[in-house]
Amino acid sequence: MALKGNLRDFSITQLLNLVNLAHKSGTLIVERTNEKMWVCFRDGKLAYAQAAGEDASLATVLYKAKKLSAAQHRAIKERAGTMSDKELGLLLINASYMSQDDIIASLQVFFLQTMNRLLTWAEGLFRFESDLLPPDDKITVRISLENIIIEGARRMKELEQLQDEIPSLDIALKFADRPGANIRNVNLSVDEWQVVRYISPKNSLRQIARATNKNDLEIRRIVYALLQAGLVEFVRQTGALPPRYANVNQSRTASAAPAPPQAQSRQPAPPMDKTKQKSLINRLINRIRSL
Amino acid sequence: MQTVKMVVTGPFNAGKTEFIRSISEIDVVSTERKISSDYERVKESTTVAMDFGRITVDDDLVLYLFGTPGQKRFDFMWEILSEGMLGFVVMVDSTRPETFREARSILETFRAYAPTPYVVAANKRDREDAWEVDDMRIALRLDPKVKLLSCVASDKENVKNVLLELLYSILAEMDSNGN
Repeated sequence: MALKGNLRDFSITQLLNLVNLAHKSGTLIVERTNEKMWVCFRDGKLAYAQAAGEDASLATVLYKAKKLSAAQHRAIKERAGTMSDKELGLLLINASYMSQDDIIASLQVFFLQTMNRLLTWAEGLFRFESDLLPPDDKITVRISLENIIIEGARRMKELEQLQDEIPSLDIALKFADRPGANIRNVNLSVDEWQVVRYISPKNSLRQIARATNKNDLEIRRIVYALLQAGLVEFVRQTGALPPRYANVNQSRTASAAPAPPQAQSRQPAPPMDKTKQKSLINRLINRIRSL
Repeated sequence: MQTVKMVVTGPFNAGKTEFIRSISEIDVVSTERKISSDYERVKESTTVAMDFGRITVDDDLVLYLFGTPGQKRFDFMWEILSEGMLGFVVMVDSTRPETFREARSILETFRAYAPTPYVVAANKRDREDAWEVDDMRIALRLDPKVKLLSCVASDKENVKNVLLELLYSILAEMDSNGN
């Protein structure tokens, strides 16, 4: 039977909770426009994660974790290009370049980073393939999902709050008209500068996010900080409400049914002798059985 | 003549009307109307007030089955329909996880109206894309004690089983309340 749907309706944290509680093994495949991720689980624990188009080879993972220098990474890629991750891992351990713990820790960080990106996806088609396990040549880990779920819930909450402030990524920014301010004297992080470079009434936030390789949460977080600092403001367009005043609540609870009324409990049926009640139920049972 | 009633509730397009139609001895008195919303146009018509089915038990007793309207804008009917019910069935479409949250919310709403026994019917089990019942239990956050039953609403035997399980739950609750 299928376990599939859309993250819009069944969030990634709900999915992870399900995998965790049901101790599932298999691969969760999530897709959205131009993006795809595979996350493998064994007995309800994270075993492996990879995004489409991403170099997830062990050599690159170790290079990103600063366990290998650029020269070592290049040399391994050139000379051991056909070697599997497991073979490379053994080679590095046997040659005393690093310990097994170093390798596992680097992979764990890499998989968690991949998961953290997935945790910000509010939309995307997913399916769980219980007979699809991680590739044999890949090194797998065992990471409990509880912390990932908590982190995911926190990120979703933050994203929802930011969505209230910045409901759409299809709007543009411009620099605020503040003659006295000089943006060059403002202390911005590297990520903020990356975004600032693209600020123009011609560029939507979505385009800026794509150009700077930021996910929905990251771009909203940066833009929110710039808005708060009064450095930028939204370009008002037809049909686009100023976010601060837009009454757009994209909370996931918005589509839920109305909250239960308080203290409206009623007795289910008119008072009746218990024996008669049981007799009545038994008559119903017999009747339905006979249908 | 004594009449008792059970309510069949659940999100839009969960299969409530079909469920009642499968077991009712009369043609279901249905208040279906063509769907006006594009969003909900996964079927041609929907229940706007209630569905009404009947099972005659004997000369003195009749069971009425009431199906609630699935669309949210008719939820004012729920409380009226829940009055005096013996118990209720929450129908959930096993193929549409997007409705699980709403199903959970409807369940809680009905529990607040009347703390009567209930069962949850995982409908459309004959579909290829139906979720596993165990997965649905987790997704719906159902207590292990709550009966979550496989169901195909067009199959009379399945419907009988769901109603029987509800009746067994009602009996068990009577026993646990001191009988």
